[in-house]
Amino acid sequence: MTAPLLEVDGLSVRFPSRNRVVEAVRNISFSVGREKVGIVGESGSGKTMTGRSVLGLIRPPGIVTARKMMFDGIDLLALSEKQMRDIRGNRISMVMQDPKFSLNPVMTVGKQIDEAYRVHSGASARDAKLRTLEMLEAVRIRDPERVYNAYPHEVSGGMGQRIMIAMMLVPEPDLLIADEPTSALDVTVQMQVLAIVDDLVSQRGMGLMFISHDLNLVASFCDRVVIMYGGQIVETCKAADLHNAQHPYTRGLLASLPRVDRPVDQLSTLVREESWKLEPGVDARIL
Amino acid sequence: MSSASNHTPPSGLAAWLTSETPHSRGHAKCVQLYLGWLSLARNPLAMLGLAIVLILIAAALLAPWIAPYDPISQDLHRRLLPPGTDGNLLGTDELGRDILSRLLYGSRITLYVVALVVVTAPVAGLIVGTVAGYAGGWLDVVLMRLTDIFLAFPRLVLALAFVAALGPGIENAVLAIALTSWPPYARIARAETLTIRNSDFISAIRLQGATAPRIVIGHVMPLCLSSVIVRVTLDMAGIILTAAGLGFLGLGAQPPQPEWGAMISTGRMFILDQWWVAAMPGLAIFTVSLGFNLLGDGLRDALDPRAGR
Amino acid sequence: MPESSETALLIEHLDVRFGKGDGAVHAVRDVSVTVKRGETFGLVGESGSGKSTVLRAISGLAKDWTGRIAVDGTDLGKARDKAFYEKVQMVFQDPYGSLHPRHTVDRTLGEPGRIHGITDVGARIESILRDVGLGPEFRFRFPHQLSGGQRQRVAIARALMLEPKILLLDEPTSALDVSVQAEILNLLQRLKREFGLTYILVSHDLAVIAHMCDRLAVMNSGRVVEELTADQLRRAEPTDRYTKQLLTASLGYNRATADSLLTFD
Repeated sequence: MTAPLLEVDGLSVRFPSRNRVVEAVRNISFSVGREKVGIVGESGSGKTMTGRSVLGLIRPPGIVTARKMMFDGIDLLALSEKQMRDIRGNRISMVMQDPKFSLNPVMTVGKQIDEAYRVHSGASARDAKLRTLEMLEAVRIRDPERVYNAYPHEVSGGMGQRIMIAMMLVPEPDLLIADEPTSALDVTVQMQVLAIVDDLVSQRGMGLMFISHDLNLVASFCDRVVIMYGGQIVETCKAADLHNAQHPYTRGLLASLPRVDRPVDQLSTLVREESWKLEPGVDARIL
Repeated sequence: MSSASNHTPPSGLAAWLTSETPHSRGHAKCVQLYLGWLSLARNPLAMLGLAIVLILIAAALLAPWIAPYDPISQDLHRRLLPPGTDGNLLGTDELGRDILSRLLYGSRITLYVVALVVVTAPVAGLIVGTVAGYAGGWLDVVLMRLTDIFLAFPRLVLALAFVAALGPGIENAVLAIALTSWPPYARIARAETLTIRNSDFISAIRLQGATAPRIVIGHVMPLCLSSVIVRVTLDMAGIILTAAGLGFLGLGAQPPQPEWGAMISTGRMFILDQWWVAAMPGLAIFTVSLGFNLLGDGLRDALDPRAGR
Repeated sequence: MPESSETALLIEHLDVRFGKGDGAVHAVRDVSVTVKRGETFGLVGESGSGKSTVLRAISGLAKDWTGRIAVDGTDLGKARDKAFYEKVQMVFQDPYGSLHPRHTVDRTLGEPGRIHGITDVGARIESILRDVGLGPEFRFRFPHQLSGGQRQRVAIARALMLEPKILLLDEPTSALDVSVQAEILNLLQRLKREFGLTYILVSHDLAVIAHMCDRLAVMNSGRVVEELTADQLRRAEPTDRYTKQLLTASLGYNRATADSLLTFD
């Protein structure tokens, strides 16, 4: 097998504060091929920091260290800020949870997507508009012409998120990092949006890092799952095997989910063990 | 970091003040205040500002004891002595009065002006702004248009009109300043109230059956207070300068009161040969204004709830 | 269901509109539901379906409604009196936004007691904190010192301070981690048994609704499209096409299902 699209070895993210150092991510190793990798964890597990550090988006005083961070033969650790900017949004895109903060409020939606496309492809304004409308339609926006001329405050949250996804996908990135991209969306819209991403992975060979807290969704959508707890990877497995997970944390999470088809009197709750934080963690690379 | 070395685990009072689990209402309040103080104390410029303001207060309180001379007793044999003259550290003015003593006594007038404006304008602004913002509808429209009308008045011109109508004097000057300085506070308070009004915690207290006055006073005002306080300290320099300006024009404090603005005004006549007569009160105004500004900047950082701890 | 002495809450032909003229939004259209005493009734739907607006109309936060709302057989007007707030209370979705940031837990919980002239507020606060699983050490903390789950417990405690009969729960766990969600749902179940409460639970999560509720109504575009029991939902027996689609979609991602989804307006 060839080298994976993204290989990360020994990644740590630290935030020194006045009297102690917060370790958000602790020495994790994982890889993303041309596949859908789900990174699951609760708030504070370090999953968001993991995604951000791949794109070099951790701001000082945060400190990112890694033994290796290779993206398609490029050493991400050795890149200058300018080189990183070229990769960001062009070869690696990121969709964040809240679209309102990611869209420029004084520019129409269409213009923003156009720009994202033209910077990447150097296409003419006409072509860019056609492509943008096509992309808006692809993310199931019913009236693309109207949305094209709308300002971000004129669209709903769910629509805003679909616009963000369209914008991130229009330069046809090799790797998409999606941080809770659909948790603000209704289930039916969520499924339609995921279908678009799914097609891009299967047809164009895009890699996807799907960061989510939703175990069921990740299990049904992704190929591989990485479970994070306390800044470490505690378990990794094929998504289809998630329901046979071994680690008590994963099992505890799964058991605490209410199910439509399986009524219980009382939900089981998760009892966290201190020892989980002391475990060495799991290497989630497939090389 | 350099502060790391003196950060030992707190004990005794410090532990009580930084407790994560306060035992009473008063304790919780103390912890909150102490943490606010800590975050303010981390800012050296804010501490400098605080020191200046404290010195101003101390000077005002202790003026009769620390001033070497009576601020209004004249000694025409010793007029216009330069700074550093034996017995007159900052020199004397055209009537032989000791400038240092006049500055010290003058700080009382400055503080008096500041205190009077502080207890009137921000309070009025806070009430108008929160009521307008929370009530909405026609009350909002009426109150905010009223605010606009006052905002449109040039401060110094209104003050002149006031003083012309009511006669010159420090109280009338303060009244004029207060009347023209409340609208910005009302604006700030209203803007804050509009964002607070629709939050869930206000809905929750409404569902407990709380009356509108109870919500405005107990729940909305405390959240508007910090931005108003910050604005007050930042405005303080302007207020002092306006008071000094009125004094300079002869419409504020009346001679022989040692008001800083009035002192500059008389010192103007000797500015080329005896510069200190005008420069010393000017320096005092500058220092105090700067002090309030620095303190305001620091408070803004310390009181901003978004800054987190 | 006919009105009887067992009826805790009755809603008939409820319409809610926001705004006036051309920009008006007709958020709830002709909704009628009956909730029995001691029952947990679910309102499920996607965003904009009007499910939260129904709760806001019941609680009095939404004022522009027409139709009939009756609690314990008493019809409600536009203005609510103190007696109403002693009967009906609400828990909000976002535990980070529903607690006053500058008030201690003690102040937040004490406020309803002071408004309604309860004597011995202090003892009541201590006991209610115990009931929601928080120790007395939490009493004088500020919200920023609490986790999301702890905040939601405080919000529930606040709603229980006046010993209401009916709790309106607006997505009480959707902002929480799943393990915390399980704790809060268990807590709500226990409190319901201990205090004999009636719940109206709004959620977009069918699994949560199926777990908590006896009966539920599915809403779409302001209307109730179907009313069914939790058993019918579990056996996947909904008759309405919209409900069916919602149920399939909530079972997890499936490429084939994604293509078959329809838009309902």
